Amino acid sequence: MASTIRVRATSSGETTEVQALIQHPMDSGFVKDSKGELIPAHFIQQLTFEHDGKKVFTADWGGGVSKDPYVKFAFKGAKKGDELKISWVDNKGATDTTTAKIQ
Amino acid sequence: MENDFSATRRLILQGAGVLTLIGLGIVPFDVTKALAAANDKYPEEAFKAKSEADAIKALYGKTPEPSDKVKMDAPEIAENGAVVPISVTTTLSDVTSISFLVSENPVALVASYKIPAGTLPSVSNRIKMARTSNVVVVVEAGGKLYSANKEVKVTVGGCGG
Repeated sequence: MASTIRVRATSSGETTEVQALIQHPMDSGFVKDSKGELIPAHFIQQLTFEHDGKKVFTADWGGGVSKDPYVKFAFKGAKKGDELKISWVDNKGATDTTTAKIQ
Repeated sequence: MENDFSATRRLILQGAGVLTLIGLGIVPFDVTKALAAANDKYPEEAFKAKSEADAIKALYGKTPEPSDKVKMDAPEIAENGAVVPISVTTTLSDVTSISFLVSENPVALVASYKIPAGTLPSVSNRIKMARTSNVVVVVEAGGKLYSANKEVKVTVGGCGG
């Protein structure tokens, strides 16, 4: 199955800028469907980025993050060609992991 | 003395519990790693708090002071409350975390990011807003909390459908 995670990591020498886009409904649990029934909460709770075995960024999310979430950050200490490992876990225990090469 | 005794006893019991779990193969990593990972635990309680003040208290255990060193980039008006782009950057040093809250959302805390050493204190993301509200950003730097506020007007709510 194709990964739900799309990542673009670009190094400018000193810093690496990371942009991630994830496919996920991010249902808050407060929205009703067309029949007027509440759509149960279903959202990513934790998203982590690791470089060389070290966590460089962790996102703790609630249901208030937009559908198909996007996040951007930057970190130091990586170089072009290095790998970045990205993984998430949602409130139902589902997970996904991928790696991206820093460009 | 009695307190010391019960604290020690608790530690022993906890340790025994962890060891049993490792023995059973339920805890797949070593204890030191597990203890280090405790810092990365998902802040369940903070994400249940309805109000912004309660969420900040649950997350950090203290109150932030407003700071002009926290710069929030948010739209004046969000036509679609389901997708509101917000970014934050700060000139504060020793930043360890950045959190986003929306006062009028059913659950105030939206996102909380951990910023380890080496990661820049700057985050962009997209959040949902139920209605026109204050957006609050809290930055933890050098063990203290700083915040910035901005009202974002929402024309179509993002939590109502």
